[in-house]
Order: sequence, then C-alpha cells, then structure tokens
Amino acid sequence: MPTLVSHPDEVKVISRRFGQGATDINKYVELDGYKAVQMAIEQGPDWVINTMKASGLRGRGGAGFPTGMKWSFVPKQSEKPKYVLVNGDESEPGTCKDHVIFLHDPHAVIEGTMIAGLAIGAKLGFIYLRGEYRYLLKIVEKAVADAYAKGFLGKNIFGKEGVDFDIITQSGAGAYEVGEESALMESLEGKRGVPRIKPPFPAVVGLYGGPTVINNAETIASAPHILLMGGEAYAKIGSERNGGTRLFGISGHVERPGVYELPMGYNLKRAIYEVAGGIKDGKKLKAVVPGGSSCPVLLPEEIDVGLDFDQMAKAGTMLGSGGIVVLDETVSIVEFALRVISFYQHESCGWCIPCREGTDWIKKTLTRVYQGGGSKKDVANVQYLAENMMGRTFCPLGDAAAMPTLGFVKKFRKEFEDYIEGQKAGTPIITVEQLVGAH
Amino acid sequence: MSEIANTIFSAETAARFDKLVTIYPVRRSALVPMLLYAQDEIGYVSDAVVAEVAERIGILELDVRNVLSYYSMLRTKPAGKYNVQVCTNISCMLRGGYEILDHCKHKLGVGHKEVTKDGVFSLEEVECIGACCWAPAMQVNYDFHENLTTVKVDEILDTYRKGQGKDVK
Repeated sequence: MPTLVSHPDEVKVISRRFGQGATDINKYVELDGYKAVQMAIEQGPDWVINTMKASGLRGRGGAGFPTGMKWSFVPKQSEKPKYVLVNGDESEPGTCKDHVIFLHDPHAVIEGTMIAGLAIGAKLGFIYLRGEYRYLLKIVEKAVADAYAKGFLGKNIFGKEGVDFDIITQSGAGAYEVGEESALMESLEGKRGVPRIKPPFPAVVGLYGGPTVINNAETIASAPHILLMGGEAYAKIGSERNGGTRLFGISGHVERPGVYELPMGYNLKRAIYEVAGGIKDGKKLKAVVPGGSSCPVLLPEEIDVGLDFDQMAKAGTMLGSGGIVVLDETVSIVEFALRVISFYQHESCGWCIPCREGTDWIKKTLTRVYQGGGSKKDVANVQYLAENMMGRTFCPLGDAAAMPTLGFVKKFRKEFEDYIEGQKAGTPIITVEQLVGAH
Repeated sequence: MSEIANTIFSAETAARFDKLVTIYPVRRSALVPMLLYAQDEIGYVSDAVVAEVAERIGILELDVRNVLSYYSMLRTKPAGKYNVQVCTNISCMLRGGYEILDHCKHKLGVGHKEVTKDGVFSLEEVECIGACCWAPAMQVNYDFHENLTTVKVDEILDTYRKGQGKDVK
C-alpha cells in the first residue's frame, strides 16, 4: 500500500482526512463529512457556484479551467437529463495523486460529485476510475454502498423531500486517451475511447447527449472542503488567480518521493530540495518535468518558480497534473525523450494523422539517434514533426506528445547532437531492444 | 431471472451482469466493465464471452470486438493465473523499473506477454500504472506492489506461487 508522507510546509485541506480511517463512513461523518453537501442543499445552486467561483479553484486534471465557471456554463433548462462525470482515469506518467484520494478519502469524491450535481441540477453522477485501479474501485464502491445505506444517496437524500441523487461507479480497461473528457464519455457509453469533435462542448451536449460537467477527481474532492471553509478563505491559501492547495506527486530522483499537499504558487525548487528532501544520493540535478510527462522540461536554473498555472506558463511549461518528475545528472535526455515519446506513440488512439504518424516518426528517429545511427538532420526533423503536431489534433494527446519533445530538443539540443556525433551522455537505462520489447 | 441463457459464467457473475445492464441510462455502457469482469472469471475474453456479452447487451459481436481491441487490459488469449505487470514508464524507469522487469523475465523464464509453462504466471511490461511516487512498482492481477527491489520481487512472486498472494478482483 502506498506510504503517506508529510512535511511541515504542507497545508492540509484535501489531504486533511488521509490516514485517519475516513474510508469508514462514520469516521468520515465525524470528520465533518457530508456537512458540505447538506449546506449545498440548504443554500441552493447559486450559492454553491458563487462559492466555487470565489475559491479560485482551477481544474486539477491539467487544463486549469476555473471550476465555478465550468459549472455555471451548464444550461439551467434542459430537455435531456444532466450528468456529473468524475474523471478518475489518472494515466499521465508521473501522476498518482487521485490514487491517494480514492485510497484514503473516497467519500470526499462522492460528496463532491453530489455537490456538483446539486449545482448544475443533475440527479445522476458517474465516478470513472482507470481499469488498473480495481482495488481502489472496490473502496469507492463500498463507500457508495455505505452512503446509500445511510440515506445520503438515492431518493429524498438526508430526508429532504424531492432531493434525489444517484452515483454509478465505473471502470475503464486501460487506455491513456480515455483521460481526455470526450474520450471518457465515449468509453462510458461502451465504445472505443476516441475523442469527439468540439464544439458542442460537454456542458451543453455531453454524456448520452445531455449537459455534462466533467471534473478531475481532485477537483471534485476539493468541493466539500471549499464549501466548508468558504470560497474566499480557500482562495487566500493559494496565489493570485490560483486558489487553494494542490496535491503534488514528486517522483524520480529525490530522497523522499511522495504526494504532498502544497499551496498553489509554492516554489518548485523548495518542493524538490526541501519537501522531497533533495536529489537522491547527493547527485546533481539535471532536469525537471514539472507536471506530468506532457509538460516541457525545465533546466536546474529555471526551477525557481511558483507552482501555479500562470507562473508555470510564464516559465514556458505547464503545471499539468502536478506530477513533478526529477532527473539527476546520470540521466540521458535522449533516452528519456525516447521513453516519453514511446509512451505517446503507444497510447495514440490513431484517429488524427498528425498524432498517429507524428509520434511514430519521432520515435523512429529518436530510436535511430539513440542507437548511434542518427544523421545531422534528425534533430531538426524531430523538431519539425513536433511543431507540426501542435494544435492539429482533435484532442490534446498530439500536443501532449509534441510539447515535451520540443522542450527536450530545444533545451538539450547539444546532447542530441553529441549522440549523433557518437558521444553519449548519461548512464544508459534501457537498450533499444528492451524498448521495443513492449512497444 | 435473466432473459439471456447463461452458458459460461458463474451464477454470481451472471446475476451481476443482469444488474449491470439495468443501472445505466443506456445498456451499452455496461460493455467495458462486463468484459473486464468476464475476463477476471474466464481468464481472457474468449469467443464465447464475446458472443454472450453481445447478446446480453443487445449489440453485434463486431461491436464488442471493436471495443475489445481498443483497451490494453482486455486480452483474447489466456494469461497466467497471476498476471505480473511491471511498469517501466518514466518515474519507474528512473528508479529501476527496467531492472525489475529484467529480473522478472529471468526469474519466470518468460518474456513480455508470455505465460510460464505451468500457467501460474504471465509477464507484461505496462505503461504508467499510477504508482509514480512509490516507484518502481508492479501489479499482480489487481494488486499493487511498490518500492520494489529484486529481493522484494522474489518474495512477492514466491508468495503467489505458494497461493498465498492477494488476488484482488
């Protein structure tokens, strides 16, 4: 079972109940559980949406769209039923924060789903977990059953006449692409998880054609805490235009990897050197992938930056899913880039040509470079391919593959060129034979 | 009582499937979970599974196969009793994921997507399993094992071989 870590700099809002046995519904209730949803029922949808807007909460899945605004986009009147869909298909390499939420505080996800449902006028919510999280699905399924048994879910919840809400838990079967919201809806409808054309956006035409709010599991789990503490108080914890805290997963070459809850805007350098204990075995830092594998890499001199959506964008990268991957001096960037692109090539759904072909060509080219048979044109070719994938696909998977590639070739160009010249940097971890073993 | 004649599933699974198709606004939503649960019981998605699932949902077998071929966790060939999935994506790679995979290959004497002769284990190299902060990690069936070392892998595999390992389904 994943070990819990902690550090004095943490501000525990969403992780407040971790490790306290809150998977038990009675314990959860004892720790202020299901109070927020009852407040939401009393105060009504406008109060909920206004509180969420005031909180400055931005989507924790990676896109960072303001949650209150997203909820307010759902039409008040709709002929078709409305739905809430919780995205727990966490598959971005470097990211394991939702894992911890489902493991330690499944009721927070359930309560958040109910709050979102009340805010938009939906009576049915779905919690969708990736297929690999079956043991976590069992925990969530039990939590949902317990909530039904207490009368918190179903008809006339909390004894309130005419207030109904149901939750269905669902599991995927292994596809990174399904983490994209429209592909997630396709998968939930029992189809191949390929993206839909937008517009129409899910808020208007979503699941089963009805207006749908889709939120990341961490976003949804934040909602009860926000209602309890008040939007303004939550916003104050974070930085400008980036309310609250966030779960950051720090992994790779650090002394104390783990999921830490830090205020938005917390300094990345401190997160690595103080919170996660610095670089493993006293080695030197080489690079940081700050928000999951799709985010452009940062050099050691670029990491003195605040961890929020705006400051990271200013630094030329992204906050993404909050999965910080730390690379020490022994890592070969060519090898690392090849492993990253191999993942995206494997996971491309194949619908859009720039993504399907682009990921494959970049992988083939980098494989050649890594094998020692690269030509001088290869680096420019990789950059050309990645640039031509950007913004040319229906879903962001094309961008997710292109952005890190561009970051690697721009910031470590010399290392790629040295490889082509026959001077290899870093300690090899994989051979090409190993790499093609599964791909 | 089910409207579909149950031919291959246990009574418990058949009852679960009967319920599953009724809970969603659209019957077809039950397809992906149904294939996973069927696979857990039968060992893989056989032709018989495809036929029965198609009938239970009321879609063509072709529609089932179309979905079946998309998801990496669904398989059309039997795996071992314990399917060992080693993650080699970036966070695991940086902390020895490939070493763990090679160790498993050596110890079990099989390669990627192969099954041991006795049918106890199968091995797979998989993409990120969401255990990045506890890397390197692997999954045996649906059970996570983190912070692996080769010694720890030996112990884990021995536990399963003795039939004492957890088997979360």
